[in-house]
Amino acid sequence: MVTTGKKVKTFIIDGKDVSGTEDQTVIEVCRENNIEIPTLCHLEGLAEVGACRLCLVEIKGSNKLLPACVTKVHEGMEVITASEGLKKYRIKILELFFSERNHICSVCVSNGICELQNLAQRLGMTHVHYPYLFPKFDVDASHERFVLDNNRCILCTRCVRVCDEIEGAHTWDIMGRGIESMVITDLNKPWGESESCTSCGKCVAVCPTGALVEKYKNAVDKSFMYKKDKLKFLPYLTTMREVKNEQS
Amino acid sequence: MSKVSEDIALNTGSDTNSAKVKAATVWLDGCSGCHMSFLDMDERIVELLEKIDLLYSPLVDHKEFPDMVDVTLVEGAVSSHEDLEKIRKVRAHTKILVSLGDCAITANVPSMRNPFGVEAIMKHAYIDTAVTKDVIPNEVVPELFEYSRPVHNFVKVDLFLQGCPPPADAIHFLLTELLEGRMPDLTKVSRLGK
Ligand code: SF4
Ligand code: FES
Repeated sequence: MVTTGKKVKTFIIDGKDVSGTEDQTVIEVCRENNIEIPTLCHLEGLAEVGACRLCLVEIKGSNKLLPACVTKVHEGMEVITASEGLKKYRIKILELFFSERNHICSVCVSNGICELQNLAQRLGMTHVHYPYLFPKFDVDASHERFVLDNNRCILCTRCVRVCDEIEGAHTWDIMGRGIESMVITDLNKPWGESESCTSCGKCVAVCPTGALVEKYKNAVDKSFMYKKDKLKFLPYLTTMREVKNEQS
Repeated sequence: MSKVSEDIALNTGSDTNSAKVKAATVWLDGCSGCHMSFLDMDERIVELLEKIDLLYSPLVDHKEFPDMVDVTLVEGAVSSHEDLEKIRKVRAHTKILVSLGDCAITANVPSMRNPFGVEAIMKHAYIDTAVTKDVIPNEVVPELFEYSRPVHNFVKVDLFLQGCPPPADAIHFLLTELLEGRMPDLTKVSRLGK
């Protein structure tokens, strides 16, 4: 915790006294204190968007649940990260993800290393209560090296952010509204024809599901990106390099 | 009651069998992989059969679903009226209904046709890619529902064992737990796509 010039706030998470600087979010302080909160859209090094809502926590005195990744800490706050109610809500959120697209784990290249699938098991999702929508999304395989399958996208926007904030290309964006939203390249051109794409592969490295994958390759286990010692600076950059090295 | 259920009554009425748990398995829209995984329990099946009577299943010979069984494992999604009628009947005659495998739980592989529509996939399967005669069958094979859907969309399901197919060890765990009178937490032993 670097405190230079920043005010330190002390507060409570799950009954434990903790502290953080005023510019920190609840999730950052949780991670520093080894308090686990499930996340999908959050990725260290990228701007927070609060898109997936998995990190919802209870804060005493507030009658709504707040996403830990975009909630700044304040003095004396009391945070609860793991009540029975929260567990249920998180499972419901996962079920909504599964029902909105065509996530067919058994035929997915990311089977076994998908963050959505892993969370479903970890949080104990037995089945999806909501009716599946079975929407029709096309697969864009026009890029030389990569494939986009919107059927597997959870709209976390990690790809959009890494491309814009780290690579500086802003090839990715979101088109449409609500349930019909989808990630697109350039102005909804086929990815292979994109003029802005540098083919760096950062989007593929950060995608938590099988929506963005490398052609002719088994998806790469990215879970080590979240391990403490790797989480220094922009882990996905190292990831890409390591993946390349392994493959060459 | 029909002849077959009398047979079953006889079968379960004998001294050695009377205390056994009555079980069944059914196969809807699935590839039979879950049943293969069931068989993969290998010699443990023999042990299980000391405590379980498998009264109805693609693996045994009875043609009618028995009056009442304690547990039924169902493989496959519900994709047609035939599936629906079957599973309704099974539900009415089963105490604990278990969705066995991803097809029963999520519609999984059978659901891959859903976004395209029945007409398009029938045309693709029976006309565009036909090697012998190109007609869409309208007899013998049941007409498809617009969507393949999970079993729990139609009847109440009591337990869900995920996996494509669920590993034999997980099926064994499920059955031994049920025999002990416990409703197991199955997310610990398998997952979607396993
Ligand atoms: S393609 Fe992947 S990284 Fe991009 S929004 Fe969808 S799930 Fe997230
Ligand atoms: S991690 Fe906080 S909303 Fe997604």
